[in-house]
Amino acid sequence: MQNGFHGLRVAVTGGTSGLGLALVREFLGRGARVAFVARGRKGIERVLREHPDAHGIVGDVGRKDDIYPIAMEIAGELGGLDVLVNNASDLGPVPLALLGDTACEDLERALSTNLLGPFRLTKALLGALAASSREGRGAVVLNVSSDAAINAYPGWGAYGASKAALHHLSRIWNEELAADGVRFLSLDPGDMDTPLHALAVPDADPATLKPPQTAAREMADVIASVLQGGTDDRFLSSVAPPL
Amino acid sequence: MIAASEPTQRPPQARLLVVDCQGRIAHARRSALAEFLRPGDLLIANDAATLPASLRGVHLPTGASIEVRLAGRRSLAPEDVGFSAVVFGEGDFHMRTEDRPAPPIVSPGDTLALGPLQAGVERLLGHPRLVSLRFDGSADTVWSGLARHGRPIQYAHVPTPLALWDVWAPIAGLPAAFEPPSAGFALDWQTLANIRSRGAAFATITHAAGISSTGDAALDRLLPFDESYRISEATAAAIAAARSRGERIIAIGTTVVRSLEHAAIPGGVRSGHGLATGRIGAASQLSVVDAILSGTHEPGTSHYELLRAFTGDATLRHATEELDARAYRTHEFGDSVLIERSCFSAALL
Repeated sequence: MQNGFHGLRVAVTGGTSGLGLALVREFLGRGARVAFVARGRKGIERVLREHPDAHGIVGDVGRKDDIYPIAMEIAGELGGLDVLVNNASDLGPVPLALLGDTACEDLERALSTNLLGPFRLTKALLGALAASSREGRGAVVLNVSSDAAINAYPGWGAYGASKAALHHLSRIWNEELAADGVRFLSLDPGDMDTPLHALAVPDADPATLKPPQTAAREMADVIASVLQGGTDDRFLSSVAPPL
Repeated sequence: MIAASEPTQRPPQARLLVVDCQGRIAHARRSALAEFLRPGDLLIANDAATLPASLRGVHLPTGASIEVRLAGRRSLAPEDVGFSAVVFGEGDFHMRTEDRPAPPIVSPGDTLALGPLQAGVERLLGHPRLVSLRFDGSADTVWSGLARHGRPIQYAHVPTPLALWDVWAPIAGLPAAFEPPSAGFALDWQTLANIRSRGAAFATITHAAGISSTGDAALDRLLPFDESYRISEATAAAIAAARSRGERIIAIGTTVVRSLEHAAIPGGVRSGHGLATGRIGAASQLSVVDAILSGTHEPGTSHYELLRAFTGDATLRHATEELDARAYRTHEFGDSVLIERSCFSAALL
């Protein structure tokens, strides 16, 4: 798989831990210019010490009022945008709970971060993405999904419902924006050794889990193939199946 | 005309006055824009997103409250965060700009505290209120400070505070404009699909639309300030191809006319960065643009002057009478006009 990211402008939400951080490192390693978003300034400063060329942006995609400032910083600091990865996720109730035991506020928070946040941020950056496509650079939005978006796992109701909605949103957006050249992916990274997974399944054996950098590499490969396949409609007509 | 005071980009009742090349006038719903296009037309919009360019703060040498409105920038590069700016005194957008108290006397070397940002005045730019600013910190610090502290520039005819989502058109991409390139408010994703269905094409340029009014007569005479723009190779190629086929180039907004005519070369336009200077008016010979979609403009404004490059004064007077008689709405959230360049030779007008 060719590198495919040199000079591209990539933004990743939830970029200071787990899969998000692995994606930031992967894209930087492939020559992209990377902006990452996270809620905590300390985490951002930690990542910036390791990767001073990256652009760290403080913001919470679950908060409506943060969206446009985040979008302004992303497009301003990178000078446009070619790839957006909506990775930041909220598990819902912690520890996981049956739906009947799930506080409405926990479901609302999961929907805000996992569904409304990616919708709002993508909408705010759609103009930048479409501009990139018109200039022949391609434009991809990757929404990080989960097998919980497809399968009815007891205890994963808030998270699974929000990810199912995001998955369907990705599919419809991919149809609607095909002519504008903005392509959407909804990919399941698999069970990874990340802080989010540890919150959900505290007693999981890390040895049985995928390292996040492996999932990041796989996702970057798929994005690169979509960006390079200008006439390849495998990803235009339908969202790629979960990995 | 009446001022549009609600910050709604695409009200369902938005209207379109159409002037064809013979000066004939028609009225339509703006959502029917695509019906006035021909297969092969090339529409070009300004995809600049609008910066939150109004910064409240303090002139540190005097302690006076000020508002700084960013107004220009040498380039559109992300690392270029040097701005020219207009300084206003106390008060805010609720007061008409011409009624605002004067700012304190600002001198080179003065420091301005603007929320989380701090900026030094480098020099005055030919007027006591027009300054060149250098912000402290990295480019990312400046972007972050603008994103958090800045507000869209606005005027008294819109009473509610504007948010960025009010001033970013759906196609807005690179944050570069100081006021919204508001002709683009007419475009949403459905309209772009309708344009495609009509067999017309769509392309964009990025043009740092400047401020439209300062309230100071001497400063307003300098408007529009020089504006940075960028034309992609793809857009330049689309223009050259359309012109070679004899198709129409339709500019969405005055800023698009300004950059395309500034970048004009035989057969098309130069791609790359440019700095648009000068005014377009009745005496200008348009060499690229065949028609313009614009807001409704009052006679005497620089936007109205630009329309005089497209059609004769008698036609524009007639159009203004129609806009007034039918109570079209004006300003950035108002109705629109689509004016085709007159097909009569200038000698006949």
